Amino acid sequence: MIPAAFEYVRADSVDAALSALTEFGDEAKLLAGGHSLIPLMKLRLAAPSVLVDVGRLDDLRYISDAGDYISIGALTRHRDLETSSLLASAAPLLAHAAGHVGDPQVRHRGTIGGSLAHADPASDLPAVALAMGATIVATGPNGTREIAASEFYTGFLESALAPDELLTEIRIPKLDTQGWSFQKFNRRAQDWAIVGVATVRANGSTGVGLVNMGSTPLLASAVMDAVKSGATAADAAALANEGTEAQSDINASSEYREHLARVLVRRSLEESGLS
Amino acid sequence: MKITVTVNGVERSGDVEPRTLLVHFLRDELDLTGTNIGCDTSSCGACTIHVEGQSVKSCTMLAAQADGLELTTIEGLANGGILHPMQRCFQENHGLQCGYCTPGMVMAAVSLLDENPNPSETDVRIGLEGNLCRCTGYHNIVKSVLACAAESNGASK
Repeated sequence: MIPAAFEYVRADSVDAALSALTEFGDEAKLLAGGHSLIPLMKLRLAAPSVLVDVGRLDDLRYISDAGDYISIGALTRHRDLETSSLLASAAPLLAHAAGHVGDPQVRHRGTIGGSLAHADPASDLPAVALAMGATIVATGPNGTREIAASEFYTGFLESALAPDELLTEIRIPKLDTQGWSFQKFNRRAQDWAIVGVATVRANGSTGVGLVNMGSTPLLASAVMDAVKSGATAADAAALANEGTEAQSDINASSEYREHLARVLVRRSLEESGLS
Repeated sequence: MKITVTVNGVERSGDVEPRTLLVHFLRDELDLTGTNIGCDTSSCGACTIHVEGQSVKSCTMLAAQADGLELTTIEGLANGGILHPMQRCFQENHGLQCGYCTPGMVMAAVSLLDENPNPSETDVRIGLEGNLCRCTGYHNIVKSVLACAAESNGASK
């Protein structure tokens, strides 16, 4: 399987990437680690006419403490997240979930910015970003803007990023974490989750993100509201499929996904310390 | 477009289409056919090589993305006629059956021990999750990797 032909532009700076996006418009796709995009291009499910390779922008590969939040450069690889001592203490859910993306080879190349921007509802990190209340920083020709993770996902493989914008940073609020959990149900170790759940309990509230329960990554809002009102883990988890639109595919029917969501949300709430 | 890579310590150049996958460049242009293509869908790991010292599936990377980088393929592990310890441990522990997944398994295993020199059996099984053996010869593959880890830990003590 070989991708359809395209023109390749390697950007050596954020400005160069933005100029290329302005020049080529929506004909262009950004290439970071390539571990979401290249498989789609090989299957010819994506056939951009221009690839703007931002994979060498090492300036965007960092994890740093910015006071109220942890600041993560978009080109930071999953392996960097998985092994970061800063994340292990300040955002253990993210470090742990990053260690469950794909397999080691994928984690050596794939990036957090690419994973979030690709907006695949079956990916692990978007649900984590939702649960943790992350902020996504986009840089365009007119400067940067911040987008709440909860407003970032607009449709299947679609995000709030404009065609001339580059996702440059992810900000994870520093939470006083009381408990967290990442549940991923799949058939083979390296597969996408059939259903996944990311939970973090911190600062008096509970965030629950769902993987693969609709056309976008989702927050389990009904579960979060129930926990806030004092529901038990079991009672809150019974609401896990509210507001979801799980698809049926070769791995699972939508009914089975709804069942899994309820079971995994309960496990996830319990593992994060809610009784 | 023209690209230059350092493969197994030797600088090699080629003229590729941007859509050329790295594994095709290695096999078809550089004649390094030790790296196999298995599933072609980033699943099986038969095409695993090292890019800047880390395991990567070369079917899921463009040759263009490797321009200027250091690559190691299975051909680059042995030192002349002396097998790399991981290769020898696979041989001694019968860590292969048909052999098709072996180059990728060995490359993934070397990268695994670089990152975790003293793995448990579970660490090895999880660390090789990106490589499939259709003969299901996993038991001896895991044994080979553990033997190699024990040997290098013994040597460094």
